[in-house]
Amino acid sequence: MAAVTHDQLQGHQHGQSGLMRWITTTNHKDIGTLYMFFSFFMFLSGGVMALTIRAELFQPGLQVVQPEFFNQLTTMHGLVMVFGAIMPAFVGFANWMIPLMIGASDMAFARMNNWSFWLLPPAAILLLGSFFVPGGAAAAGWTMYAPLSVQMGMGMDLAIFAIHIMGISSIMGAINIVVTVLNMRAPGMTMMKMPMFCWTWLITAYLLIAVMPVLAGAVTMILTDRHFGTSFFNAAGGGDPVMYQHIFWFFGHPEVYIMILPAFGIVSQIIPAFARKPLFGYASMVYAVAAIAILSFAVWAHHMFATGMPAAGQLFFMYATMLIAVPTGVKVFNWVATMWRGSLSFETPMLWAVGFIFVFTIGGFTGLICAIAPIDIQVQDTYYVVAHFHYVLVAGSLFALFAGAYYWLPKWTGHMPSEFLGKLHFWCSLVFFNITFFPMHFLGLAGMPRRIPDYALQFADFNALISIGAFGFGLSQLIFLVAVIKCIRGGERAAARSWEGAEGLEWTVPSPAPHHTFEEAPVLR
Amino acid sequence: MNKSIMRADDNRRLLLRLAVSAVVMFGFGFLLVPFYEQICEATGINNYLRPEAEQGARAVGNTQVDSSRSVLVQFDANLHDLPWRFQPLQRSIEVHPGQFVQIEYEVMNNRDVPVTGQAVPSYGPQVAARYFNKMECFCFEQQTLAPGERRIMPVVFVLDPGLPREVSVITLSYTFFELPGRNTAVLTGGPAKQQAGSRSPAPARGAGAT
Repeated sequence: MAAVTHDQLQGHQHGQSGLMRWITTTNHKDIGTLYMFFSFFMFLSGGVMALTIRAELFQPGLQVVQPEFFNQLTTMHGLVMVFGAIMPAFVGFANWMIPLMIGASDMAFARMNNWSFWLLPPAAILLLGSFFVPGGAAAAGWTMYAPLSVQMGMGMDLAIFAIHIMGISSIMGAINIVVTVLNMRAPGMTMMKMPMFCWTWLITAYLLIAVMPVLAGAVTMILTDRHFGTSFFNAAGGGDPVMYQHIFWFFGHPEVYIMILPAFGIVSQIIPAFARKPLFGYASMVYAVAAIAILSFAVWAHHMFATGMPAAGQLFFMYATMLIAVPTGVKVFNWVATMWRGSLSFETPMLWAVGFIFVFTIGGFTGLICAIAPIDIQVQDTYYVVAHFHYVLVAGSLFALFAGAYYWLPKWTGHMPSEFLGKLHFWCSLVFFNITFFPMHFLGLAGMPRRIPDYALQFADFNALISIGAFGFGLSQLIFLVAVIKCIRGGERAAARSWEGAEGLEWTVPSPAPHHTFEEAPVLR
Repeated sequence: MNKSIMRADDNRRLLLRLAVSAVVMFGFGFLLVPFYEQICEATGINNYLRPEAEQGARAVGNTQVDSSRSVLVQFDANLHDLPWRFQPLQRSIEVHPGQFVQIEYEVMNNRDVPVTGQAVPSYGPQVAARYFNKMECFCFEQQTLAPGERRIMPVVFVLDPGLPREVSVITLSYTFFELPGRNTAVLTGGPAKQQAGSRSPAPARGAGAT
């Protein structure tokens, strides 16, 4: 700590400015800002890939891209959005808000924090640069299933290294968050008094530490299979490609909760603020998050019902998966119960949070349908699955990120975000999101396979509609960019407590939050 | 100040523990490999290394076969005023309902003229007829045998798994009838034109004999 404070003072006194300030910064707020700009840039890159995919799928037949490139686009869209956009964005929120929420002056390891951010741009360069190497980018799907991933060109190697680097970055970020939350809380801030966002991130960080190394192991095995003569997944050498799926999804299922639990946390902060009531069932929320996290380790094979699993295995993973609906249902119930008879007002953050509950719950229900093994055999690898996970990842994680961004922008910038732009952004996103992804359910049930650049003629009308919706959704996100830039530049001055019903330590510091906060730990009643 | 140094020590200790868990989990990823192989071997699923080990248990792979019971199928052969030799090559066979079975009958024309016959099957007990599905049978067609010709004729059948459980023995009985006058039709170039050439000397020789 002493060293950290010294560092910060130095940075301040020497008045590093411009680029060097951002490269050398150890301040949790600066690093949080960097994370968020980085993730927004990656979000736009992944979005451009998605729109290229939708342009190709606007009509049947091949018009815009070749199938090889189409496969690269679907793969990289997934990797960029998961590892480049959603995860770093949540880490950015954690960096900015957790010290403010628990009354700490900074993250526990400020210099490690700097390092965990600055690992990301090189990883992004490896990932995006792989489009330009011979053979193009990785094209085995974001899950990188063997044996395809063992056979690809050097784009796959670059993707593997990028995942290694991003994995190290996430693990360091997660360790930092665990230590900060456990050791750096202000006196009187007991665990069960912590804001829900800190709780969800604490549990998410544990998940990250547990499963990111497993993914690193899985891609390392692919790497050694490719170049060093091992046969983990090569059937000719005695390996087993299905084993890759087991290892990957042992990481992959907790990973989807890594991407949604902090979203639960953000929504649990916002709903009480605009319902002007404390969160309903705080303790049950904590236990529900913990239950989801623990159960997430026992459900991975529901991604593999079609691999020829014994019926006993299918039944176990089917029931275990459906069990997760219980704690998730507790959370949705508690949010609705928080709003029940509250004095609600629907400013932009609240709209996003309510929108989140609405659309995320649809995604949760389609998840239950996919969990039923006999139905999953039917919808496996169809657009039904695409619809399902976009409902939980876009309408879940991304909507919560927007909700959180509008909620805390006053604290970050000192200006209130434009309500008009925020609401325009929300309504455009909500409508276009549903135009894009709702018809995918029908396409999937009718049998349209995912990750294919062409389709049968009977799917043409829905696909044209989806592509229109996708472009509408993509362009709507530029409204967010404008709203953020306007909010940084100026606007109505924000009070310390920027929203009338907002509770928590972060609203006791001025807006914008000064560079150094809580150097003297606050005293809680 | 003192307090913050203590906290820094705490932080470092926790950092170390979490870093070690991350490294352990990296190792755990690799540990999943032998673990997976052990489970597959123990449960007998997905055994790519020794596929023959599971041949006995799983090679049938036909879920239509009701292996919980077997039925004794007996074969019988009769001739109706026909001087042929006609017999099944095996007297009986044990089959599971749903299982494909092939058996063979032997027939021989003892006469010195070509003869055309037709076999008619019958079943005992009668109820078994509904569940006895013949895929291939010599009784589907008329059989024309040259003088002295010997023929092995297959019957492929499957017993419908819906066969009543009380039926444990089925007798399949064939009776061959002569189709008089058919052999002349063959001679004048009926449906079996390619056989006509080889057969044509036979009636002449027969006529010469009389």
